[in-house]
Amino acid sequence: MPQQFRLILKNVDAAGYTNDIDCYIRNGGYETLKKALAVAPKDLPDGKKMSPQEQLREDVKLSGLRGRGGAGFSCGLKWSFVDRRSGKPIYLICNADESEPGTFKDRQIIHKDPHQLIEGMIISCFANDVNLAYIYIRGEFPEGARILNRALNEARAKNFLGKNILGSGQDIEIHVHRGAGAYICGEETGLIESLEGKRPYPRIKPPYFPAILGLWMCPTIVNNVETLCHVKHIVQMGAAEYAKLGTPNNTGTRIVSLSGHVKKPGYYEIEVGKVTLGELINHPDFGGGLLDGRKLKAIIPGGSSSKVLKAGEKFKLKKKGPDGKDIEQETDVLDLPYDFDSLMAAGTMSGSSAVIVIDDSVDVVDVLANISEFYAHESCGQCTPCREGSLWMSKTLHRLTHGGGRKGDADYLVKIADNIPGGRTICAFGEACSWPVQSFVGKFKDDFVARGAADEAKRGSASPETKTAAAAH
Amino acid sequence: MSNAAPTEAKSAPPATPPPIEKIKVKVDGREIEVPKTMPDPMTGKQVPTTMIQATNLAKVDVPHYCYHPKLPVAGNCRMCLVEFGTPAMGPDRKPVMNPDGTPKIAKSPRPAIACATPISPGMEIYTATPGVKQMREGVLESLLINHPLDCPICDQAGECKLQEYSVEYGQAQSRFVEAKVHKPKTVDLGPRIVLDAERCILCTRCIRFTKDVAGDDALGIVNRGSYNTISTFPGTPFANNYTLNTVDICPVGALTSKDFRFRMRVWFLKETKSVCTSCGTGCSITIGSREEKIYRYEPRENDAVNSSWMCDAGRLNYKWVGREDRLKDVIVRGQKSTWSSALGEISEKLRKVAPSSVAIVASARQTNEELFLLKKIATKLKAVTDSVPRNGEGDKLLVNADKNPNTNGAVFTGIVDCHAEMGRNLGKIADGIKSGTIKTLIVFGEDVTNHGISAELLGKLETLVVSDILPNKTTAVAHYLLPGCAHAEKRGSLTNVKGRVQRFVKAVEAKGDARAEWEFLHELVYNVTGQNGFVNIEGLFNQMAAEVPAFNGVTWASLGDTGVTVQI
Repeated sequence: MPQQFRLILKNVDAAGYTNDIDCYIRNGGYETLKKALAVAPKDLPDGKKMSPQEQLREDVKLSGLRGRGGAGFSCGLKWSFVDRRSGKPIYLICNADESEPGTFKDRQIIHKDPHQLIEGMIISCFANDVNLAYIYIRGEFPEGARILNRALNEARAKNFLGKNILGSGQDIEIHVHRGAGAYICGEETGLIESLEGKRPYPRIKPPYFPAILGLWMCPTIVNNVETLCHVKHIVQMGAAEYAKLGTPNNTGTRIVSLSGHVKKPGYYEIEVGKVTLGELINHPDFGGGLLDGRKLKAIIPGGSSSKVLKAGEKFKLKKKGPDGKDIEQETDVLDLPYDFDSLMAAGTMSGSSAVIVIDDSVDVVDVLANISEFYAHESCGQCTPCREGSLWMSKTLHRLTHGGGRKGDADYLVKIADNIPGGRTICAFGEACSWPVQSFVGKFKDDFVARGAADEAKRGSASPETKTAAAAH
Repeated sequence: MSNAAPTEAKSAPPATPPPIEKIKVKVDGREIEVPKTMPDPMTGKQVPTTMIQATNLAKVDVPHYCYHPKLPVAGNCRMCLVEFGTPAMGPDRKPVMNPDGTPKIAKSPRPAIACATPISPGMEIYTATPGVKQMREGVLESLLINHPLDCPICDQAGECKLQEYSVEYGQAQSRFVEAKVHKPKTVDLGPRIVLDAERCILCTRCIRFTKDVAGDDALGIVNRGSYNTISTFPGTPFANNYTLNTVDICPVGALTSKDFRFRMRVWFLKETKSVCTSCGTGCSITIGSREEKIYRYEPRENDAVNSSWMCDAGRLNYKWVGREDRLKDVIVRGQKSTWSSALGEISEKLRKVAPSSVAIVASARQTNEELFLLKKIATKLKAVTDSVPRNGEGDKLLVNADKNPNTNGAVFTGIVDCHAEMGRNLGKIADGIKSGTIKTLIVFGEDVTNHGISAELLGKLETLVVSDILPNKTTAVAHYLLPGCAHAEKRGSLTNVKGRVQRFVKAVEAKGDARAEWEFLHELVYNVTGQNGFVNIEGLFNQMAAEVPAFNGVTWASLGDTGVTVQI
């Protein structure tokens, strides 16, 4: 039976649960921090000692925790890249710039259980020898920022933060920094620039890898809100126990933001890979199915930048057969386990775990036009292909959805999109703005051609150039 | 600079830095050896060599907009994307070999920007593959879709990277059918700069130069995405003394100079290598002229002097060269005369003067050669000599407080004994005229009435020989007025405040009868001293270098385009 598994959201929404520190402590809060601070140095067989920090980092690595922000990169590995010999301070930044359309998971944590994030951050700071951490929260979350600031004050008052926390000898401080409302601030190097008070132009890599040259050119770790909460649970449960959650290489739980044409949109925490896309949409414990009389058309599985999946699409997935050998199994889109690797195998990604369900009541051309308008508006404009390409695609789709379409616009769009991703841009925004276009037009080409053809028919003998130019405004 | 002259005999031996390790890379299949590190343009610190530095050393052109060798790397234009590979490593971390014994190359699945990607041993850089060509086409298409394509009225036309790369790497036809983005045009950014935001390709060279070189955080970008626009802070004009450099480094016609825009198509301009004479720095410049008229100065790269920059004040200080009231005629006692007659009379008089009855006021704006020749006359006549100091304000970048371009030349040639002495003899000369011991005064390029020798005193002289370029109170009372040439109208050399000797050549013809000073001084020297020097500048310079200790060992040829540093 597919079911929710509430680890991060265990207390959230429980009757009487409030977001203040007393309630958090009553429910066992900050006990894990105490546990982490009390870890003793471990003697290794080769006579060397493993510091508490090294043990905690090892635990995170062994837990298999993958980043919940979008890329799904191993958290333990990310921590291992940090330059610990530079002599410079190491910073930790919590990326709370939750702005991928369709995503509304981090705000649940921030609003309803902020101390869980703070505890996760303090443990992560301790594990990485960080004395100063920041929560970069998107400008559109003023309430979230207020809640976090209040929670930080509460934590300071109880000496979970500040000088010599809980008598451990550790100085750890966390500040909230509010963004000004830009999607690109969720890109970690753009975020760092913004935090430094500059325009959030993502940095070129090389040389500016955050783990080496991050905030103020110091080694920096940037982790998502949910990821940092998981750190707390890994330390609480132990890495081995945590790794039993979910599926191999896709451990733990994830909060899925389910939106679109389902009966019960909302956030659902699942064990990674234990629930399929179809169950998320149709199971009564999750989406509860499509609205009556509607048919599924498409699913955007991981935030609006992930490649769209078409209803009825089939994928060849590798699975372990009964004899232990890998076998290829044809899998319907609805039977895809909701995890990092299965969606990658299906040519898309679980991204920020925002599932957007699209039924037959809308035209995918309009859906893509909407998505592209967003990305054209949010491109920072630093590098050429994305700056010009994102607006070009958006203008084309605007024309196509406002009576100025051409049959050839489908191919035209793909050609524009093909010039953007694949390392041509400074950051992954290039992919974010072009993947939807490539995938929507690729999978629903007939819809796009038909829309253009209808416009051409309507225009009749009028010169398409004059009409298109007029419609483009 | 690679053309540092071989004859730096007199300069102090530089401290030898440890040798820089060389590594081998392949550029389009050709192996070259390049230094593992190169100096950072901003800090001078050794940093890993980048692909574009390697391709430059391999003489392979990788097109680029935002990259500039003298600025911090931005990596935003994406024009320099190349493909590359590195030696494949086996699981044992040892290189994998091809059957023929060469290292197997693992080609990177993603391209890299050549401007920011460090090279590594054995790396292969591919700049001409179909994939690279396609990426360049894509970038160019992106840059052009919203560009106004107003080349016929754009000042940059002819020296525009967008035009050049479009020809080399672009597509002939546009498939763009949408409306273009419209942005501010003819934006008055500051007193000397106009911005056309529609032409701008947002490479941020101007921002980086202004912030990181000029030290003025004056420019930035506003808005988002394709609507991005270069801007100043509202109400704050872009007005530092280096703004016009942004026009030079702007790869397109977005930033134009108010002084130059719409004046001349650049392909009509003759380019002449010269030196700026506005202060003791002596920035290397290129003079752009057409039909004997100067249209602009541009800085010329010279790492020993001005890097690639110059100040706005110096750049715009050319208009006096073409002034209408320039002295054009040889005047003898108020009457228009000829060179032969005037020089004959002056020579006759100078041959007869009593020793020590002559004073010479030269100018530290004159060339080394002219000062050298004047000193010869002074020595023969036992004349007292001096020059006029010009002190003003300097800055941290290029502007020197010494407003004379050749103070060191005046010292080296003996016109003045040392920097501190400059101007000390002017009082003595005034006293000498007053007391009647000085009866003949020769003035070059200075209005001595501003420096303690009044017009009334000048009236007491038996002979006043003046050479200048523009009229003043001294030229007005000269018995012999000899019209001279601006630096742009002649050849010669100057020695800057750091001892850099640079030569310049003639860009435009002088007006009227004006003649290069060194030419007629050469005649006077022969007439007065009997010494026959060289009749061309090369010979004259080399003669001077042999006679003046500071210039020993330097030759005109060795000065090259960027000069030679001598000990000061």
